[in-house]
Amino acid sequence: MTTSTRTVSGDAGTGSGPVVVTGLGVAAPNGLGVEEYWRAALAGRSGIAPITRFDPAGYSVRIAGQLDIEPKKHLPGRLLPQTDHMTRLALIAAEEALADAGADPKEMPAHAAGVVTAASGGGFEFGQRELEALWSKGGNHVSAYQSFAWFYPVNTGQVSIRHDMRGPGSALVAEQAGGLDAISKACRNVRAGTALMLAGGVDGSLCPWSLVCMTKSGRLSNATDPDRAYLPFDAAASGHVPGEGGALLVLEARAAARERGARILGEIAGYASTFDPRPGSGREPGLRRAVELALADARITAADVDVVFADAAGVPDLDRIEAATLAAVFGPRGVPVTAPKSLTGRLLGGGASLDVASALLGLRDGVIPPTAAAVHCAYADEIDLVTGAPREARLGTALIVARGYGGFNSALVVRR
Amino acid sequence: MPTTTFTMDDLTRLLRECAGEDDSIDLDGDIAGTEFEDLGYDSLALFNTVNRIERDYGIRLSDEIVAEVRTPGELLAEIAEHL
Repeated sequence: MTTSTRTVSGDAGTGSGPVVVTGLGVAAPNGLGVEEYWRAALAGRSGIAPITRFDPAGYSVRIAGQLDIEPKKHLPGRLLPQTDHMTRLALIAAEEALADAGADPKEMPAHAAGVVTAASGGGFEFGQRELEALWSKGGNHVSAYQSFAWFYPVNTGQVSIRHDMRGPGSALVAEQAGGLDAISKACRNVRAGTALMLAGGVDGSLCPWSLVCMTKSGRLSNATDPDRAYLPFDAAASGHVPGEGGALLVLEARAAARERGARILGEIAGYASTFDPRPGSGREPGLRRAVELALADARITAADVDVVFADAAGVPDLDRIEAATLAAVFGPRGVPVTAPKSLTGRLLGGGASLDVASALLGLRDGVIPPTAAAVHCAYADEIDLVTGAPREARLGTALIVARGYGGFNSALVVRR
Repeated sequence: MPTTTFTMDDLTRLLRECAGEDDSIDLDGDIAGTEFEDLGYDSLALFNTVNRIERDYGIRLSDEIVAEVRTPGELLAEIAEHL
């Protein structure tokens, strides 16, 4: 092993030209659907609350960004017995994104459209229910749909089946970073000739099984006050709350999008991912390299970036690293930084995709959505954190930063 | 005479529970001769439903039944032989 820091760049600006976003679909704890979410984000309305999906009394984590829906209102009956909650949310977001793009893959040539989603554990809630049935009642009480409903690429599968998207299909597992990695992977598919890709993450699972798995990271908040449970960059930061939801984006080559008269929300201009050195090695974390390489991939400098959507771990050591990294790359308070995820919780594979959606909506409307009002930035000398109220600004370029538990760092640049 | 009966209503009830219902299809209509595929049910949907019927009614159907029966009428006839 000669190096422990591996790098993948997005190779923007080559091949078939720029890749643009022509559609968005959002499912977030503070709003289902793009515009409902965006209104909540700008108003600083939080979706973080005590868990009610199950009784969390026996668990160290009681607070989450829970998103409840009435499944029958949104999805065909045939899909209900075979889908986990997070897959239902993904199907809803996928339908919205394709409609938003004015695209119907069923009308396109056979392999012209594909799907890439970010995932973490798959359909945990569904899986827990079936495992309970197996061990309490027996094998003949387990649904045949358990064969795929729990599986982490299930969202890619269900979305591609429903919309007849027979082109490239894949799933990426890199915790939070996956929400950016999936978008970059889809850009490569577009550059390789696929006309339309649906990409991003809609993830999360609020059930005892997944909660126990997630608490093993030691990064979840044990707070019981929803307003104080996830305070990234605050001196009182004590971990994050888990949430469910995310965003899916429709991606196309710019030339093709213009040709069909599609509305263009922005360009995926650059991307990079790095991996952290071994814990305890004392070497610099991979975050700064990811940010710098993403800027280089977009062929811009730090001065060109108008806003940063932070990873915002909510864990003191990680917040300190991110604040120092942003100050080093952009200069102290050199660029506005925000963390609207403080209003949703961290959405596993969905969180960074939602940040990309927020960035694109921010570019559209010339406004930076705020970090939760309860956050008092402890790194004010290093970062200019937009908190409590939206900030109007002329925005041309945004950087989205994501770190996935286990050493993943990714950064993505979008521009108008 | 079998002491237990299994009717078309029982079948549609279990199809709805185990595999859901295609919103464009009326399961309460005359579906005895309609192919499962045209009712929106694939082999996995049928597998899930047959498994439930076996469990609820304490019967054992052949492993190939999902591939063999094509319509609700055929499935009802097959079940009747095992009750």
